[in-house]
Order: sequence, then structure tokens, then C-alpha cells
Amino acid sequence: MSDRELDDHTGTETTGHEWDGIKELDTPLPRWWLWVWYGSILWAFVYWIAMPAWPGISGYTKGVLGMSDRAEVVRELDGLKAHRQAGEAKLRNASLQQIEADPELQAYAMQVGQSVFGDNCATCHGAGGGGGKGYPNLRDDVWLWGGSLDQIRHTIEVGVRSGHAQALGETVMPAFGRDGMLTGAQIADLTEYVVALSHRKADVAAVTRARQTFADQCAACHGPAGTGDPARGVPNLTDAEWLYGSDRAAITEQLVNGRNGVMPTWQARFSPETIKALAVYVHANAGGEAEPVQAAAKEGVAPGAGGR
Amino acid sequence: MTVVIDNTKKHAAAGDGRGPVSAAQKARAKGDAKGGLYKPREPIYPKLVHGPWRRIKWALLIAMLAIYYVTPWIRWERPGALPDQAVLVDFDGGRFYFFWIQLWPQEVYFITGLLVMAALALFLVTALFGRLWCGYACPQTVWTDLYIYVERLFEGDRNARMRLAAAPMSFDKLWRKGGKHLVWLGVAFGTGGAWIFYFHDAPTLIRNFWIGQAPMTAYVSCAVLTATTYAFAGHMREQVCTYMCPWPRIQGAMLDDHSLQVTYRFDRGEPRGPHKKNQGWEGRGDCIDCHACVVACPMGIDIRDGPQLECINCGLCIDACDEIMVKVGRPKALIAFDTDFAVAARNRGEKPRIKLLRPRTAYYAVALTLVSGLMLWGFLNRSTLDIHALRDRNPTFVRLHDGAIRNAYTLKIANRGFEPAPAEIRFTGVPGAHLRTPGEAPSDVVRVVLLPNEVRAVRVFVTIPADAASAESLPAAFSVKAGGTDAATKTVFLTGAPKSP
Repeated sequence: MSDRELDDHTGTETTGHEWDGIKELDTPLPRWWLWVWYGSILWAFVYWIAMPAWPGISGYTKGVLGMSDRAEVVRELDGLKAHRQAGEAKLRNASLQQIEADPELQAYAMQVGQSVFGDNCATCHGAGGGGGKGYPNLRDDVWLWGGSLDQIRHTIEVGVRSGHAQALGETVMPAFGRDGMLTGAQIADLTEYVVALSHRKADVAAVTRARQTFADQCAACHGPAGTGDPARGVPNLTDAEWLYGSDRAAITEQLVNGRNGVMPTWQARFSPETIKALAVYVHANAGGEAEPVQAAAKEGVAPGAGGR
Repeated sequence: MTVVIDNTKKHAAAGDGRGPVSAAQKARAKGDAKGGLYKPREPIYPKLVHGPWRRIKWALLIAMLAIYYVTPWIRWERPGALPDQAVLVDFDGGRFYFFWIQLWPQEVYFITGLLVMAALALFLVTALFGRLWCGYACPQTVWTDLYIYVERLFEGDRNARMRLAAAPMSFDKLWRKGGKHLVWLGVAFGTGGAWIFYFHDAPTLIRNFWIGQAPMTAYVSCAVLTATTYAFAGHMREQVCTYMCPWPRIQGAMLDDHSLQVTYRFDRGEPRGPHKKNQGWEGRGDCIDCHACVVACPMGIDIRDGPQLECINCGLCIDACDEIMVKVGRPKALIAFDTDFAVAARNRGEKPRIKLLRPRTAYYAVALTLVSGLMLWGFLNRSTLDIHALRDRNPTFVRLHDGAIRNAYTLKIANRGFEPAPAEIRFTGVPGAHLRTPGEAPSDVVRVVLLPNEVRAVRVFVTIPADAASAESLPAAFSVKAGGTDAATKTVFLTGAPKSP
């Protein structure tokens, strides 16, 4: 160690290592670095005492500050419960229309509604409420069972063909083909007739042949003009909305098999406040109109005539 | 042009009684002697100097401390419940207020721009005039200067301080040291205390602070800043600059031979040596080796060693040397703001030339002008309105009973003004489109009132007739107009056209 070399320029010792004539300086660290290191060690002890730190056989050292992520979560959940209780109380006392008119309460109802809808309704109606074949689209302006706030709430409460005493949907669409009520040729003609009802090009001869069949079999429920009956949930055949599909194959299939949609009653499962929130959510997503168009409300409306 | 200074010869000089030696020099010598892993700090006792640079430093110190302490107390009337503090970083409300200017979090790029401008300005100033920031404006320098001033009040100037440090403990030493540390802590607390007023309403906070009602962040920030101020300005001082701060390294890259820096004009000073009154000045330099520049240096270096990493360009050695030069009857400015190039030129007997315009300074100036211009243009043209359209993605579109197609959007409209703004929202791009917001009748314009200083979410249903659905996706736009200002955002209208029945 005695013959350590001093660097000419800086006057600092070198480490004695040399690479291609480049030597490494052995610059001492400033003393305060050492103090920072001691300080860090001291801090570790403070931390061990203050915070949860050391694992044991059946537990761990808790620390004097009592910090616990789990306790924090419980506190937050309690806070959330209190927040929900306050919100529920407000929902209970307000009418559906009042909820919708109060921006703060409406926002709360939308949050509750979205969560409940995602867990329960989205299975059939889709995550966004867009529906699918056989499952009504809840985003448009066509409502089998009425699209006002109170009608939506009623539908959620009692369901459709759900077994509930007041369930909607006592009328059913018969399976004309499967049950042998109509022949294949009649059903083919009737398909053309229904296509013509919705203002599309159809085989004129078939439409003429089916006129009497429609009057006998269909008009009782769908009306002589095919505009449906919202009171009984009978679809309007003249509009652009088709629950089971709009093409000829889909119409024929419905004539043959006569499917009838089912929606459960939610009265037993949800609190009245939750149903209110759900109704507000569904109503707002569909456009939030006080009285939306219904299946038969606008008789003979021409496609493409005006928007909503 | 690099001045090669041979330090090996000076090792012997450390403590050889020939006069004061710079702290840096002593540290080197001590490190060698011990061969230790750690180098203790060499205490520095800067001597008070008088002169123009010292006066500038005092003036800047007072000005900057005044700005720091007074700014949060300036009131500025704003409408409604908005804070009446001129400069406020409001984390709770998510706003930055600066007199008449208000920035929202999404406008933070103005702050980024300001930082870029500050960096470029620093580059330019450094390339032109050396590390002026370090010597005059850096908080570390300003507070260290203040702390040394306090130290001098209690312990006297350099020689008295050194005597006191060497003296055994006594009542006199105790009260001087104790008083100094108490005042230091007071200043440190004042520094940390003033900081937190930038983040909350100052009069409210100062009251809450003392009755224990202030937010925890205020107490923690105050404590941390008190501790760092006391440690950095009282104890660490030049070590912060030489070891911790990245600027000295970065700024080294900005300097060249033409940068004006505090320079010892060795062409005039060498060969140095003591000078007796009756001796002449022929055949020798002007430097009388009195070490006035060394003892005045707050960084503990010898400026005569040439440009160094430690030098913060504060110019105190200029004042110190000029005092001596006047006394010995030689011209001032043996140490002065000068360039390496000029010193070398004089050394060769040529006429020195100060060259401010160089490619480096030109680049920095152009970049600074461009960025400043861009930021200023952006700032002057920023709208108080802002609109964003979020289109519903599930379902992407809805077909209505009459075949019309509807898309739903949530518009986020920000009103950055201080007054409520009645606004008109329009949808363009698809002919025959109708707008409707819940609770209103369909129309081609939606009218809402935008509350001041808020973002308003507006649900808008856009319906187009069936025959307008010419493509699966139609380019469209929302525009909002309120008073004299407007804003627009692009979006699309989805029709699902190819799948139409």
C-alpha cells in the first residue's frame, strides 16, 4: 500500500488498475454519503417499529401506527355502505320523474342501474342494452310494453309470461306451421304479406292470396292494418323493428314456430329502489323521452319520414 | 483553450504556513494522507467582501426572498366561490391560478413549455455568460448566502469564525453557536412554511396550521422543507452543488472558450508572488498571492486554478481581488468576467475579442425564440371552450321504428371562463341529422348553459333519416359556440348500412 501512485493532474490516488493507459482514480466518497447510509439504517429500525414488518409463525408484527391495508378496505366499504344507504333513502322517497329531474340523483340512479343491469339484464339484452334476435333492443324507440318510466318499472316488476300473477303477455303467438293450423303454401303467402306490410317489395299475387288468411288468423291481435296492440304487447308489423328478424326466412320461421318471449319478474329479487334505478337507467339509455313511440302508436308511418 | 494546472506541486503547499489554502486543496491533501474511503467535509469560512458583485447578490437575494415569501399573500378577486389568491396551485380543485390566468390539468403542457423555455434560456445564458443561475439565482445559493449572513451576525467574519471553531467550549461559544442554529431553524421553518401557502388559501391555512386543523400534507411538506433547508443551506452548502446537483455537469457542456466566466487573467497575474510597497512591478505579475480570492470563495476553491466544476460564477472573488488591486495601486479586474479565448489571446499579445454570436448561442437563441413563440401563440389562441365527443360503443347504433338511425354521444364541454355561458351545440357532416338532449324537443341545435369553470357532460342523441345512411361510417363533427368563442371536435356516425334489411 505504501507505493500507491498519485495522479498527476488531480492529485488523487489511483486504484492501480490500468486499461490501455487509462488509469482509474480512487476518489474517496464524501463523508456525508456515509451519514446518509447510517441514516437509512436508522430509518429501517424506525420503520420496523412503526409499520407492519416482521413475519412470525402465526402472525406478524403490527407496528405502533396500526397501519393495515385490510382495515383500510373495511373502512372504505363501510363508507360506501353509508353512501349507498343515503342514496337508497333518496331513491325511496322520490318518484321516477323526480329522480330523472334531479341531476345528482339521476347520476346516482344511473350508476346503480348500470351495475344491476350488467349483472342481471345484460345476459339477454346485451351489455349495452342493444338486444339481439328474440331479445328486445332497449336502446331504440320501439317498446312492446310501453316506454314511459312507469311502464318500464312495471315490466321489470312483473315480467313477461313470468308466472307472476300480473305478468304481461297473456296473448301468445300461435305456432301456425308446427301445430298444422296453416299449410306451407299459406305460410309462404303470409310471409309475402308481412313483408308488404312493412313497405317493402313483395310478390303481389301472394299478397293478394294471403289477404284473407291475415284477416282470419292475424288481424285479431295485430290489427287489420298490422299495426299491433301495445296494450297486449302485440308487435307492430309495419315498422322497421323486428324482434325475430326482418328477412323472409325469419318471418316464415316465426309463423311456423310462433315463439313467445319470456322475461322474469324481478320483484322478489330487487328492492323497489333498485327497480326504480333500473327503470331510470333503461329509460335514459333509450333516449329519455317522456312518451316514446310504441309499436302501434303511429299507424301507417312511412319509413324514413322524419327522425326522433 | 485549456489551462493545464499542475496540482501535484501544490500538495506540499497544503498547510505549509504560506497562507490560506482553499478548502478543496485541503480536502485533497487530507484524503491522500489518510487514504480513507470517505472524505470529510472541509469547513469553509467565506470572508465578507464589498463591491459591485456583492451588491448585486444582496439585491437579488432580497428580491428573490421577497418574491418567495410575499407572493402567496397577494389577493386577486375572482368571481363566485373561486379562490381569491393570486398565485395558487389548487390540488383539491384541480386548478392552477396565476393572477388573471387559470390553467386546467389538461393544459399542463403550458407548464411543460415553460420548463422547456427555462431550460433553453439557461443553456443560452450559460453559453454566453457562464453559470449565472448558479451564482445568483439558484435557491441553494440564495439560502446559503442568507445562512452565511446569519452566521456572520453571531460569530463574526472569517477569522473570528475560525477562532471560535477552534476554541474550547465556553458560554460565549455556546450562545453564539446555539443562537445561530436557532435562527437557521427559524429561517428553515419560514421557508417550509411559506411553501405550503402556494397550495392553499394562505390566510385560512396559517390559522388552521397553528390550531392543528391544516391538512397532513401541509405539516409534512413544511417539516421536510424545514429539514432540507436547514441541512442544505446550513450544513451541506457547496456539497449540494458539487455532489448532488446535476446542473454543474450539464452546464459544463454549455460552456466553451468564448463563454464569459469568472476568470483569473493569468496573462496579467503571473508570475505571482508577494509584493513589498517600494518594489516595482517590472518582470512580475499583478497577483500578489494574498489569497483574498480564496478566502472570499463560498465554494472553497482557488479561482487561479482555472475554470472548475465547483465554481458557481458568483463573482465574489472579483470584488475581493479588486479591493486589493486598488490598495496596491494596480488596475482592477485581475479576476473578471472574461473568456478563455480572450485570456489566451492577450497571453499571445493579440487583441482579445468577445464573440457573443456563435453557432452554439445562435442555436439556443433560435430554439428559445421558436419555443417561446409557439407557446405564446398557443396561449393567446387558447379557447375558454373545449369539447370532446364520446360515442356510445354498445350498441354502436340503434334503428328506430321508422328506419331512422340513431347514435348516442356524451359530449364533455369545458367552460374555462369565470361566467356562465349559454352555448349552442351543432352536429355537422350528415344531412338531415336531428339532435336531441334528454328533456328537450328534437332540433338541429342543442342549447345548454355551461356553468363557469366546469366540465359539463351533455348526452346527445343524433338521429339521421334512413336514406342518409350512405356508408357504414360517416365522418361528422360537433361544434359548440358560446359568446365569441367556439370549439369543435371530429367524430363519426355509424349506420351499419351494409347490414340494412
